[in-house]
Amino acid sequence: MIPRYQKILFVILLLASAGMGAELWHLRQRAHQRLLAGQVSAPTKAPQVAPVEQATLMVASDADDTLQARELSLPLPPSPQQRAKVILDRLLDLYAAPGASHPVTGGSDPILQVFLLPAAAPPSGQGASMGNRGDQETAVVNLSGGFAAHHPSGIETETLTLLSICATLHANLPQVTEVRFLVDGETKATLAGHADLTRTYLTRDLEQAQGAVS
Amino acid sequence: MFRAATGPHVLFLRRIRRIAVLLCAIALLGGQSGSGQSAAPPAGRFVVVLDAAHGGADAGSTVTDPAGKPNPEKNLTLTLSVKLRSLLAARGIAVVTTRESDATVDAGQRAEIANHALAQACLSLHAAMSGAGVHLFISSLPAARSERFQPWQTTQATFVDRSLALAGVLNSALLHAGMTVTLGRTALTTVDSMACPAVAVEIAPEQPSSTSAAKASVEDPAYLNQVADALAAGLLEWRAEDHRP
Repeated sequence: MIPRYQKILFVILLLASAGMGAELWHLRQRAHQRLLAGQVSAPTKAPQVAPVEQATLMVASDADDTLQARELSLPLPPSPQQRAKVILDRLLDLYAAPGASHPVTGGSDPILQVFLLPAAAPPSGQGASMGNRGDQETAVVNLSGGFAAHHPSGIETETLTLLSICATLHANLPQVTEVRFLVDGETKATLAGHADLTRTYLTRDLEQAQGAVS
Repeated sequence: MFRAATGPHVLFLRRIRRIAVLLCAIALLGGQSGSGQSAAPPAGRFVVVLDAAHGGADAGSTVTDPAGKPNPEKNLTLTLSVKLRSLLAARGIAVVTTRESDATVDAGQRAEIANHALAQACLSLHAAMSGAGVHLFISSLPAARSERFQPWQTTQATFVDRSLALAGVLNSALLHAGMTVTLGRTALTTVDSMACPAVAVEIAPEQPSSTSAAKASVEDPAYLNQVADALAAGLLEWRAEDHRP
Protein backbone atom coordinates (compact mmCIF):
# COMPACT_ATOMS: atom_id res chain seq x y z
CA MET A 1 0.00 0.00 0.00
CA ILE A 2 1.49 3.35 -1.12
CA PRO A 3 1.12 6.06 1.46
CA ARG A 4 -1.05 9.00 0.50
CA TYR A 5 1.71 11.61 0.89
CA GLN A 6 3.84 9.73 -1.66
CA LYS A 7 1.01 9.78 -4.23
CA ILE A 8 0.61 13.53 -3.77
CA LEU A 9 4.39 14.04 -4.09
CA PHE A 10 4.47 11.97 -7.30
CA VAL A 11 1.69 14.03 -8.89
CA ILE A 12 3.38 17.30 -7.86
CA LEU A 13 6.71 16.15 -9.39
CA LEU A 14 4.94 15.01 -12.58
CA LEU A 15 3.25 18.38 -12.97
CA ALA A 16 6.53 20.20 -12.29
CA SER A 17 8.28 18.12 -14.97
CA ALA A 18 5.56 18.90 -17.51
CA GLY A 19 5.72 22.59 -16.63
CA MET A 20 9.49 22.71 -16.98
CA GLY A 21 9.25 20.94 -20.36
CA ALA A 22 6.74 23.49 -21.60
CA GLU A 23 8.90 26.35 -20.36
CA LEU A 24 11.95 24.86 -22.13
CA TRP A 25 10.03 24.60 -25.39
CA HIS A 26 8.83 28.19 -25.00
CA LEU A 27 12.39 29.46 -24.35
CA ARG A 28 13.71 27.54 -27.36
CA GLN A 29 11.10 29.10 -29.63
CA ARG A 30 11.91 32.59 -28.31
CA ALA A 31 15.64 32.02 -28.92
CA HIS A 32 14.96 30.81 -32.43
CA GLN A 33 12.82 33.87 -33.19
CA ARG A 34 15.55 36.12 -31.78
CA LEU A 35 18.17 34.46 -34.02
CA LEU A 36 16.03 34.80 -37.12
CA ALA A 37 15.33 38.45 -36.35
CA GLY A 38 19.05 39.21 -36.01
CA GLN A 39 20.18 37.35 -39.18
CA VAL A 40 20.95 39.46 -42.25
CA SER A 41 19.45 37.74 -45.27
CA ALA A 42 20.85 40.15 -47.85
CA PRO A 43 23.83 38.77 -49.86
CA THR A 44 27.14 40.14 -48.62
CA LYS A 45 29.36 38.62 -51.32
CA ALA A 46 28.91 38.99 -55.07
CA PRO A 47 28.50 35.68 -56.94
CA GLN A 48 31.45 34.66 -59.08
CA VAL A 49 30.74 35.26 -62.76
CA ALA A 50 33.26 33.99 -65.31
CA PRO A 51 34.37 36.68 -67.73
CA VAL A 52 32.99 36.45 -71.24
CA GLU A 53 35.66 35.42 -73.73
CA GLN A 54 35.87 34.48 -77.38
CA ALA A 55 35.76 30.77 -78.16
CA THR A 56 36.15 29.04 -81.51
CA LEU A 57 33.87 26.12 -82.27
CA MET A 58 34.74 23.86 -85.20
CA VAL A 59 31.23 22.99 -86.34
CA ALA A 60 30.72 19.91 -88.51
CA SER A 61 28.49 19.88 -91.57
CA ASP A 62 27.06 16.62 -92.90
CA ALA A 63 26.17 18.23 -96.23
CA ASP A 64 29.73 18.79 -97.42
CA ASP A 65 31.71 16.74 -94.87
CA THR A 66 33.63 19.75 -93.54
CA LEU A 67 34.36 21.63 -90.30
CA GLN A 68 33.59 25.36 -90.24
CA ALA A 69 35.03 27.70 -87.60
CA ARG A 70 32.42 29.68 -85.64
CA GLU A 71 33.34 32.39 -83.13
CA LEU A 72 31.21 32.66 -79.99
CA SER A 73 31.35 34.75 -76.81
CA LEU A 74 31.05 32.51 -73.77
CA PRO A 75 31.62 32.92 -70.03
CA LEU A 76 34.69 30.72 -69.58
CA PRO A 77 36.14 29.57 -66.25
CA PRO A 78 39.88 30.06 -65.69
CA SER A 79 40.71 26.36 -65.29
CA PRO A 80 41.69 24.87 -68.71
CA GLN A 81 39.87 21.61 -67.96
CA GLN A 82 36.62 23.36 -67.03
CA ARG A 83 37.08 25.72 -69.97
CA ALA A 84 37.42 22.76 -72.35
CA LYS A 85 34.28 21.14 -70.95
CA VAL A 86 32.23 24.36 -71.25
CA ILE A 87 33.32 24.84 -74.88
CA LEU A 88 32.61 21.22 -75.84
CA ASP A 89 29.22 21.35 -74.09
CA ARG A 90 28.39 24.39 -76.21
CA LEU A 91 29.54 22.60 -79.38
CA LEU A 92 27.37 19.56 -78.68
CA ASP A 93 24.43 21.83 -77.75
CA LEU A 94 24.61 23.14 -81.33
CA TYR A 95 24.40 19.58 -82.66
CA ALA A 96 21.41 18.80 -80.43
CA ALA A 97 19.47 21.88 -81.61
CA PRO A 98 16.75 21.42 -84.24
CA GLY A 99 17.96 22.01 -87.79
CA ALA A 100 21.61 21.41 -86.89
CA SER A 101 24.11 20.97 -89.71
CA HIS A 102 25.32 17.81 -87.95
CA PRO A 103 22.36 16.48 -85.95
CA VAL A 104 23.34 14.52 -82.85
CA THR A 105 20.99 14.04 -79.92
CA GLY A 106 23.04 12.93 -76.98
CA GLY A 107 21.17 13.67 -73.76
CA SER A 108 21.52 16.52 -71.31
CA ASP A 109 25.16 16.14 -70.27
CA PRO A 110 27.10 14.53 -73.15
CA ILE A 111 30.58 15.43 -71.84
CA LEU A 112 31.18 14.11 -68.34
CA GLN A 113 34.75 15.37 -67.90
CA VAL A 114 37.74 16.62 -69.83
CA PHE A 115 41.16 15.80 -68.38
CA LEU A 116 44.35 17.48 -69.58
CA LEU A 117 47.51 15.42 -69.06
CA PRO A 118 51.11 15.95 -70.12
CA ALA A 119 51.66 14.39 -73.55
CA ALA A 120 53.42 11.05 -73.50
CA ALA A 121 57.09 11.04 -74.51
CA PRO A 122 57.66 9.89 -78.10
CA PRO A 123 59.46 6.61 -78.78
CA SER A 124 63.24 6.92 -78.80
CA GLY A 125 64.60 8.32 -82.01
CA GLN A 126 61.50 10.40 -82.80
CA GLY A 127 62.22 13.25 -80.41
CA ALA A 128 63.69 15.55 -83.02
CA SER A 129 60.70 15.24 -85.37
CA MET A 130 58.17 15.73 -82.60
CA GLY A 131 59.83 18.88 -81.21
CA ASN A 132 59.69 19.86 -77.55
CA ARG A 133 56.73 18.07 -75.96
CA GLY A 134 57.19 19.59 -72.51
CA ASP A 135 54.31 22.03 -73.01
CA GLN A 136 52.10 19.69 -75.02
CA GLU A 137 49.07 18.02 -73.51
CA THR A 138 46.81 15.05 -74.12
CA ALA A 139 43.11 15.72 -73.65
CA VAL A 140 41.04 12.80 -72.39
CA VAL A 141 37.37 13.40 -73.19
CA ASN A 142 34.99 11.30 -71.12
CA LEU A 143 31.72 11.03 -73.06
CA SER A 144 28.50 9.92 -71.42
CA GLY A 145 27.10 6.50 -72.27
CA GLY A 146 23.83 8.15 -73.26
CA PHE A 147 25.61 10.29 -75.84
CA ALA A 148 27.30 7.26 -77.41
CA ALA A 149 24.10 5.20 -77.32
CA HIS A 150 22.04 7.89 -79.07
CA HIS A 151 24.69 8.98 -81.56
CA PRO A 152 23.66 8.26 -85.17
CA SER A 153 25.58 5.33 -86.64
CA GLY A 154 27.70 5.86 -89.75
CA ILE A 155 31.30 6.48 -90.75
CA GLU A 156 30.77 10.08 -91.81
CA THR A 157 28.67 11.24 -88.87
CA GLU A 158 30.83 9.54 -86.22
CA THR A 159 34.07 10.77 -87.78
CA LEU A 160 32.79 14.34 -88.00
CA THR A 161 31.77 14.33 -84.32
CA LEU A 162 35.20 13.14 -83.19
CA LEU A 163 37.10 15.47 -85.52
CA SER A 164 35.03 18.49 -84.51
CA ILE A 165 35.72 17.77 -80.82
CA CYS A 166 39.46 17.40 -81.52
CA ALA A 167 39.61 20.51 -83.71
CA THR A 168 37.62 22.60 -81.22
CA LEU A 169 39.93 21.57 -78.37
CA HIS A 170 43.01 22.43 -80.43
CA ALA A 171 41.56 25.76 -81.58
CA ASN A 172 40.95 26.93 -78.01
CA LEU A 173 43.78 25.11 -76.23
CA PRO A 174 46.66 24.97 -78.73
CA GLN A 175 48.79 22.98 -76.30
CA VAL A 176 46.43 20.02 -76.81
CA THR A 177 48.14 17.86 -79.44
CA GLU A 178 46.50 14.49 -78.72
CA VAL A 179 42.96 13.50 -77.85
CA ARG A 180 41.70 10.24 -76.42
CA PHE A 181 38.10 9.25 -75.78
CA LEU A 182 36.40 7.33 -72.99
CA VAL A 183 32.73 6.46 -72.57
CA ASP A 184 31.49 6.47 -68.97
CA GLY A 185 35.12 6.31 -67.87
CA GLU A 186 35.96 3.19 -69.87
CA THR A 187 37.50 2.50 -73.25
CA LYS A 188 34.99 1.61 -75.96
CA ALA A 189 35.78 0.08 -79.36
CA THR A 190 33.71 2.48 -81.46
CA LEU A 191 31.52 5.54 -80.97
CA ALA A 192 28.40 4.04 -82.59
CA GLY A 193 29.67 1.02 -84.53
CA HIS A 194 32.21 2.64 -86.85
CA ALA A 195 34.74 5.28 -85.76
CA ASP A 196 37.56 3.78 -83.69
CA LEU A 197 37.63 5.14 -80.13
CA THR A 198 40.63 3.12 -79.00
CA ARG A 199 43.24 5.12 -80.88
CA THR A 200 44.84 8.44 -80.01
CA TYR A 201 43.77 11.26 -82.33
CA LEU A 202 46.56 13.68 -83.24
CA THR A 203 45.48 17.27 -83.79
CA ARG A 204 48.27 17.79 -86.35
CA ASP A 205 46.51 15.22 -88.57
CA LEU A 206 43.19 17.08 -88.53
CA GLU A 207 43.78 19.11 -91.67
CA GLN A 208 44.81 15.93 -93.43
CA ALA A 209 41.79 14.04 -92.11
CA GLN A 210 39.03 16.51 -92.92
CA GLY A 211 38.46 16.23 -96.61
CA ALA A 212 42.09 16.39 -97.61
CA VAL A 213 41.40 14.28 -100.64
CA SER A 214 38.28 16.14 -101.68
CA MET B 1 79.87 -56.06 -75.22
CA PHE B 2 78.68 -54.26 -78.25
CA ARG B 3 81.37 -52.23 -79.93
CA ALA B 4 80.39 -49.29 -82.09
CA ALA B 5 81.73 -49.39 -85.62
CA THR B 6 83.90 -46.35 -86.35
CA GLY B 7 85.48 -47.23 -89.63
CA PRO B 8 85.74 -44.72 -92.51
CA HIS B 9 82.92 -46.34 -94.50
CA VAL B 10 80.60 -46.13 -91.48
CA LEU B 11 81.31 -42.40 -91.05
CA PHE B 12 80.66 -41.89 -94.75
CA LEU B 13 77.30 -43.67 -94.48
CA ARG B 14 76.35 -41.55 -91.46
CA ARG B 15 77.14 -38.37 -93.42
CA ILE B 16 75.05 -39.60 -96.32
CA ARG B 17 72.17 -40.33 -93.94
CA ARG B 18 72.41 -36.83 -92.35
CA ILE B 19 72.38 -35.19 -95.77
CA ALA B 20 69.34 -37.27 -96.77
CA VAL B 21 67.49 -36.28 -93.57
CA LEU B 22 68.37 -32.62 -94.19
CA LEU B 23 67.13 -32.81 -97.77
CA CYS B 24 63.87 -34.44 -96.62
CA ALA B 25 63.35 -31.68 -94.04
CA ILE B 26 63.95 -28.99 -96.67
CA ALA B 27 61.54 -30.73 -99.04
CA LEU B 28 58.88 -30.94 -96.31
CA LEU B 29 59.23 -27.27 -95.38
CA GLY B 30 59.13 -26.29 -99.01
CA GLY B 31 56.00 -28.36 -99.52
CA GLN B 32 54.30 -26.72 -96.54
CA SER B 33 55.02 -23.22 -97.76
CA GLY B 34 53.84 -24.20 -101.19
CA SER B 35 50.51 -25.50 -99.91
CA GLY B 36 50.07 -22.31 -97.84
CA GLN B 37 50.45 -20.14 -100.90
CA SER B 38 48.14 -22.26 -102.98
CA ALA B 39 45.19 -20.85 -101.05
CA ALA B 40 46.25 -17.38 -102.14
CA PRO B 41 45.80 -16.34 -105.73
CA PRO B 42 48.80 -16.75 -108.01
CA ALA B 43 51.13 -13.79 -108.30
CA GLY B 44 50.00 -11.26 -110.87
CA ARG B 45 46.31 -12.15 -110.61
CA PHE B 46 44.03 -9.18 -109.90
CA VAL B 47 41.99 -9.83 -106.74
CA VAL B 48 39.38 -7.62 -105.08
CA VAL B 49 38.22 -8.11 -101.48
CA LEU B 50 34.63 -7.06 -100.73
CA ASP B 51 33.90 -6.58 -97.04
CA ALA B 52 30.16 -6.34 -96.35
CA ALA B 53 30.32 -4.51 -93.02
CA HIS B 54 28.49 -5.71 -89.89
CA GLY B 55 26.44 -8.93 -89.93
CA GLY B 56 24.97 -11.37 -87.44
CA ALA B 57 24.60 -9.80 -84.01
CA ASP B 58 26.09 -6.52 -85.28
CA ALA B 59 23.25 -4.94 -87.27
CA GLY B 60 25.06 -1.64 -87.87
CA SER B 61 23.01 1.49 -88.39
CA THR B 62 19.34 1.53 -89.29
CA VAL B 63 18.37 2.90 -92.67
CA THR B 64 14.80 3.65 -93.64
CA ASP B 65 13.11 3.53 -96.99
CA PRO B 66 10.88 6.40 -98.23
CA ALA B 67 7.89 4.71 -96.57
CA GLY B 68 9.72 4.80 -93.23
CA LYS B 69 10.32 1.07 -93.01
CA PRO B 70 13.56 0.41 -91.11
CA ASN B 71 16.21 -1.96 -92.44
CA PRO B 72 19.51 -2.85 -90.78
CA GLU B 73 22.73 -1.74 -92.47
CA LYS B 74 24.05 -5.33 -92.48
CA ASN B 75 21.41 -6.38 -95.06
CA LEU B 76 22.19 -3.52 -97.41
CA THR B 77 25.93 -4.07 -97.29
CA LEU B 78 25.45 -7.76 -98.09
CA THR B 79 23.12 -6.92 -100.98
CA LEU B 80 25.66 -4.48 -102.42
CA SER B 81 28.49 -6.99 -101.92
CA VAL B 82 26.58 -9.68 -103.84
CA LYS B 83 25.73 -7.27 -106.68
CA LEU B 84 29.30 -6.04 -106.95
CA ARG B 85 30.76 -9.54 -106.78
CA SER B 86 28.59 -10.62 -109.71
CA LEU B 87 29.59 -7.60 -111.77
CA LEU B 88 33.29 -8.11 -111.10
CA ALA B 89 33.18 -11.87 -111.67
CA ALA B 90 31.47 -11.26 -115.01
CA ARG B 91 34.44 -9.09 -115.96
CA GLY B 92 36.95 -11.78 -115.02
CA ILE B 93 38.05 -10.28 -111.71
CA ALA B 94 38.69 -12.67 -108.81
CA VAL B 95 36.64 -11.65 -105.79
CA VAL B 96 37.09 -12.65 -102.14
CA THR B 97 34.27 -11.73 -99.75
CA THR B 98 34.42 -11.53 -95.96
CA ARG B 99 30.89 -12.87 -95.57
CA GLU B 100 28.23 -14.41 -97.79
CA SER B 101 25.43 -14.62 -95.24
CA ASP B 102 24.13 -12.93 -92.09
CA ALA B 103 27.12 -14.09 -90.06
CA THR B 104 29.07 -12.36 -87.31
CA VAL B 105 32.61 -11.63 -88.49
CA ASP B 106 34.77 -9.45 -86.26
CA ALA B 107 37.15 -6.78 -87.51
CA GLY B 108 40.24 -8.94 -87.04
CA GLN B 109 38.78 -11.82 -89.07
CA ARG B 110 37.82 -9.45 -91.88
CA ALA B 111 41.35 -8.08 -92.07
CA GLU B 112 42.77 -11.63 -91.92
CA ILE B 113 40.65 -12.66 -94.92
CA ALA B 114 41.74 -9.57 -96.85
CA ASN B 115 45.41 -10.00 -96.00
CA HIS B 116 45.44 -13.69 -96.99
CA ALA B 117 43.95 -12.79 -100.37
CA LEU B 118 46.93 -10.59 -101.33
CA ALA B 119 44.41 -8.30 -103.00
CA GLN B 120 45.02 -5.29 -105.21
CA ALA B 121 41.89 -3.53 -103.90
CA CYS B 122 39.83 -3.92 -100.70
CA LEU B 123 36.44 -2.26 -100.34
CA SER B 124 34.65 -2.08 -96.98
CA LEU B 125 30.96 -1.51 -97.76
CA HIS B 126 28.70 0.54 -95.45
CA ALA B 127 25.37 2.38 -95.57
CA ALA B 128 24.05 5.30 -93.53
CA MET B 129 21.26 7.86 -93.45
CA SER B 130 23.46 10.92 -92.79
CA GLY B 131 25.00 12.99 -95.56
CA ALA B 132 24.32 12.58 -99.26
CA GLY B 133 25.54 10.38 -102.08
CA VAL B 134 28.54 8.11 -101.71
CA HIS B 135 31.20 8.74 -99.06
CA LEU B 136 34.69 7.38 -99.74
CA PHE B 137 37.04 7.09 -96.79
CA ILE B 138 40.64 6.01 -96.56
CA SER B 139 42.57 5.39 -93.36
CA SER B 140 43.67 8.44 -91.37
CA LEU B 141 46.90 6.68 -90.39
CA PRO B 142 50.00 8.65 -91.44
CA ALA B 143 51.78 7.09 -94.41
CA ALA B 144 54.70 4.89 -93.38
CA ARG B 145 57.48 3.02 -95.15
CA SER B 146 57.05 -0.68 -95.68
CA GLU B 147 58.89 -2.74 -93.10
CA ARG B 148 59.29 -6.46 -92.64
CA PHE B 149 57.15 -6.54 -89.50
CA GLN B 150 54.19 -4.21 -89.28
CA PRO B 151 51.92 -3.72 -86.24
CA TRP B 152 48.55 -5.32 -86.93
CA GLN B 153 46.55 -2.21 -85.95
CA THR B 154 48.51 0.05 -88.33
CA THR B 155 49.18 -2.29 -91.26
CA GLN B 156 47.32 0.06 -93.60
CA ALA B 157 49.90 2.82 -92.97
CA THR B 158 52.18 1.37 -95.67
CA PHE B 159 49.30 1.31 -98.19
CA VAL B 160 47.87 4.77 -97.53
CA ASP B 161 49.32 6.30 -100.70
CA ARG B 162 47.90 3.51 -102.89
CA SER B 163 44.57 3.69 -101.03
CA LEU B 164 44.46 7.39 -101.82
CA ALA B 165 45.04 6.60 -105.50
CA LEU B 166 42.31 3.94 -105.44
CA ALA B 167 39.89 6.42 -103.81
CA GLY B 168 40.69 8.88 -106.60
CA VAL B 169 39.88 6.30 -109.29
CA LEU B 170 36.59 5.32 -107.57
CA ASN B 171 35.73 8.99 -107.12
CA SER B 172 36.15 9.61 -110.85
CA ALA B 173 33.98 6.61 -111.71
CA LEU B 174 31.19 7.67 -109.33
CA LEU B 175 31.29 11.28 -110.55
CA HIS B 176 31.19 10.00 -114.12
CA ALA B 177 28.00 8.12 -113.20
CA GLY B 178 26.49 11.42 -112.02
CA MET B 179 26.62 10.71 -108.31
CA THR B 180 27.42 12.99 -105.38
CA VAL B 181 30.73 11.96 -103.78
CA THR B 182 32.53 13.15 -100.67
CA LEU B 183 35.99 12.00 -99.70
CA GLY B 184 37.61 11.91 -96.31
CA ARG B 185 39.81 10.04 -93.90
CA THR B 186 38.69 8.07 -90.90
CA ALA B 187 39.77 5.55 -88.27
CA LEU B 188 38.16 2.17 -88.90
CA THR B 189 39.64 -0.87 -87.18
CA THR B 190 39.04 -3.18 -90.16
CA VAL B 191 40.55 -0.88 -92.78
CA ASP B 192 43.51 0.07 -90.56
CA SER B 193 44.52 -3.61 -90.37
CA MET B 194 44.26 -4.34 -94.10
CA ALA B 195 47.44 -4.94 -96.09
CA CYS B 196 46.04 -3.77 -99.43
CA PRO B 197 44.86 -0.54 -101.05
CA ALA B 198 41.66 -0.11 -99.03
CA VAL B 199 38.69 2.24 -99.24
CA ALA B 200 35.57 2.32 -97.06
CA VAL B 201 32.51 3.04 -99.21
CA GLU B 202 29.49 4.43 -97.34
CA ILE B 203 26.24 4.84 -99.27
CA ALA B 204 23.88 7.58 -98.16
CA PRO B 205 20.62 8.76 -99.76
CA GLU B 206 21.25 10.54 -103.05
CA GLN B 207 20.06 14.13 -103.36
CA PRO B 208 17.42 15.00 -105.97
CA SER B 209 19.09 15.39 -109.35
CA SER B 210 18.19 16.93 -112.68
CA THR B 211 16.93 13.55 -113.86
CA SER B 212 15.04 12.66 -110.70
CA ALA B 213 13.15 15.05 -108.46
CA ALA B 214 12.89 12.52 -105.66
CA LYS B 215 15.60 11.78 -103.12
CA ALA B 216 16.96 8.27 -103.86
CA SER B 217 16.78 5.93 -100.89
CA VAL B 218 19.75 3.70 -100.07
CA GLU B 219 17.32 0.81 -100.32
CA ASP B 220 16.29 1.67 -103.85
CA PRO B 221 17.50 -1.26 -106.04
CA ALA B 222 18.08 1.07 -108.99
CA TYR B 223 20.29 3.30 -106.82
CA LEU B 224 22.25 0.31 -105.48
CA ASN B 225 22.72 -0.99 -109.04
CA GLN B 226 23.98 2.43 -110.12
CA VAL B 227 26.51 2.50 -107.28
CA ALA B 228 27.61 -1.10 -107.94
CA ASP B 229 28.05 -0.37 -111.67
CA ALA B 230 30.12 2.73 -110.96
CA LEU B 231 32.31 0.90 -108.42
CA ALA B 232 32.84 -1.99 -110.86
CA ALA B 233 33.85 0.49 -113.57
CA GLY B 234 36.24 2.14 -111.13
CA LEU B 235 37.80 -1.20 -110.21
CA LEU B 236 38.26 -2.06 -113.88
CA GLU B 237 40.06 1.24 -114.34
CA TRP B 238 42.15 0.47 -111.25
CA ARG B 239 43.08 -2.92 -112.72
CA ALA B 240 44.15 -1.23 -115.93
CA GLU B 241 46.29 1.23 -113.97
CA ASP B 242 47.63 -1.53 -111.72
CA HIS B 243 48.82 -3.58 -114.67
CA ARG B 244 50.15 -0.58 -116.54
CA PRO B 245 53.95 -0.78 -116.82
